[in-house]
Amino acid sequence: MFSQIVEITLMNLRNIPSRLGSSSVIVVGIAGVVAVLVGLLSMAVGFSRALETTSLENRALLLRDGSNSELSSGMDVAAANIVSRLEGIEVASPELYVIADIPKRATGTPANMVIRGMRSAGLEVRPEAEIVNGRLFETGKNELIAGVKAVAEFEGLELGSEVQFRASTWTVVGHFETGGSAYESEVWGDLAVAQAVFRRGGSISSMRLLLADPALLEPLAEQIQQDPRLDLALKSEEEFYSGQAEDRAALINTFGYSVGVIMAIGAVFAALNTMYSAVSTRTVEIATLRALGFSSMPVVVSVIIESLALALLGGLLGAAVVYLLFDGYTASTLNNASFSQVAFDFAVTPELLRIGVTWALGLGLVGGLFPAVRAARLPITVALRGE
Amino acid sequence: MSQLVSCRDVTKSYIRAKEQVDVLTGINLDIEEGDFLALMGPSGSGKTTLLNLIGGLDQPSSGSIEVGGVGLQDMSERALAKWRSENVGFIFQFYNLLPVLNAQRNVELPLLLTRLSRAQRQKNAQIALEIVGLEDRAKHKPGELSGGQQQRVAIARALVADPKLLVCDEPTGDLDRETADEILNLLEVLNRDHGKTIIMVTHDPKAAAHAQTTWQMDKGKLVAEVPA
Repeated sequence: MFSQIVEITLMNLRNIPSRLGSSSVIVVGIAGVVAVLVGLLSMAVGFSRALETTSLENRALLLRDGSNSELSSGMDVAAANIVSRLEGIEVASPELYVIADIPKRATGTPANMVIRGMRSAGLEVRPEAEIVNGRLFETGKNELIAGVKAVAEFEGLELGSEVQFRASTWTVVGHFETGGSAYESEVWGDLAVAQAVFRRGGSISSMRLLLADPALLEPLAEQIQQDPRLDLALKSEEEFYSGQAEDRAALINTFGYSVGVIMAIGAVFAALNTMYSAVSTRTVEIATLRALGFSSMPVVVSVIIESLALALLGGLLGAAVVYLLFDGYTASTLNNASFSQVAFDFAVTPELLRIGVTWALGLGLVGGLFPAVRAARLPITVALRGE
Repeated sequence: MSQLVSCRDVTKSYIRAKEQVDVLTGINLDIEEGDFLALMGPSGSGKTTLLNLIGGLDQPSSGSIEVGGVGLQDMSERALAKWRSENVGFIFQFYNLLPVLNAQRNVELPLLLTRLSRAQRQKNAQIALEIVGLEDRAKHKPGELSGGQQQRVAIARALVADPKLLVCDEPTGDLDRETADEILNLLEVLNRDHGKTIIMVTHDPKAAAHAQTTWQMDKGKLVAEVPA
């Protein structure tokens, strides 16, 4: 039986060049499905990765109790100072989080960008931050440093450029990186200047805390919760960002799979059509083999293998195209939680490529199965007449 | 000589457009081992249907068909496929060679169903090609051969597993007179020198003249045995 399958399959595969046009319909159709599906999913993975790499295990975020984002949070510095003096907190960075309109490079239309006011502690709580171009802003001056993704996404953030926010002119004096995290979509400036320009008085939005030990997070959160002077909540950065990542990634995933399914339906029909036509042009050959004594099973298996081979080729082609075109490609989307643009890199991971190829094989299986069964069921005497 | 084929009260009917069409009715036929029998008759008389039943490509609606003492009418599809591979060689009007395989590989095909080694399969295919006089065309694909040569390859394929019975459906129907004669002479040699029992469907009285026995069919019945 095995040798029958091998022989008929090899024969079918050798036949492919004579059906190059119709075979390429399967390959291209399935490559398209895989490319779109993997492309969309790589967006979700890239977005999640950008937010998830924003967190550090021993970094915590202090927000107003009940706030889910820094934008909706607010507190006065006095309350924040109570927290910053608690035992186990190594560095505390009070920060103002505001958003401003700035044109996107790609479209020229304004989009929300995060401006984060901070003191020098802002960099101490973020050891991953590194000035890669220029220098740090100076205290008391209208100076900004811009994340590299913000520079890529928005207009006018080149070194030495001047930017207008609220009738105030800021100079970009440096660019920074934070290992690809969402911070790279922000611009940072001096806290006091930002409070004055955005008329926030002495209030801040949040405070980043570097803990001596990640295990201190829970007892500290409990302590803050119990303190009647404080209407604040302490969260781990990881928890904060993964919640934001999940929502948007789930949306992108749902969209990705929906588009994938719609395209897959089209590709299945293309595959079915091609395989039906491939089998029908070989009706007499298949019937001859069956007349000689080959059983139906090798015929079915060989047609399915041919379909799977074409689908695999399509899957690999689609995966290769999306990998070459999109892996590392930077895009941005609105983070609903922070109401600001987050730039991220598409991440075409091995797991996504595996999903893409699995889809391709699934389509190939469906596309090959029905024509194969039809070929095997047709009475030999009818098939020998080429009907 | 012993009897190889025995058909008893064989009928074959099909349902077409909800109506029963009787293609064969009351066929009784005995064929001796080593016979060369021609079936003649007008189109639609049931010649090919009878040939397909004897060759195990189809099964009768009623009656019995025994070939070499084995009843075919109740066999499963799988058993029938195995039986065909061991007992029958098929020769078709349009040769039915596989275009992507060369002559040698086409001839080897029936041997893939045996336990023979690859080397033995190749050797047997070579011998079969020698019998039909095409040993020098072994590496040629069907598209590179003439009609007569293709039919010789098909005959080699029918012979290679050494079946007792060769069933030929219009084997010269697609050939010119001269080539047809060569093929018919080859069938005669296979019958006479190799002891193959041959059943041949043909419209051509000249082709039928090569057979030892000729039966005339009409409207699904064997109507007369034509004297040689």
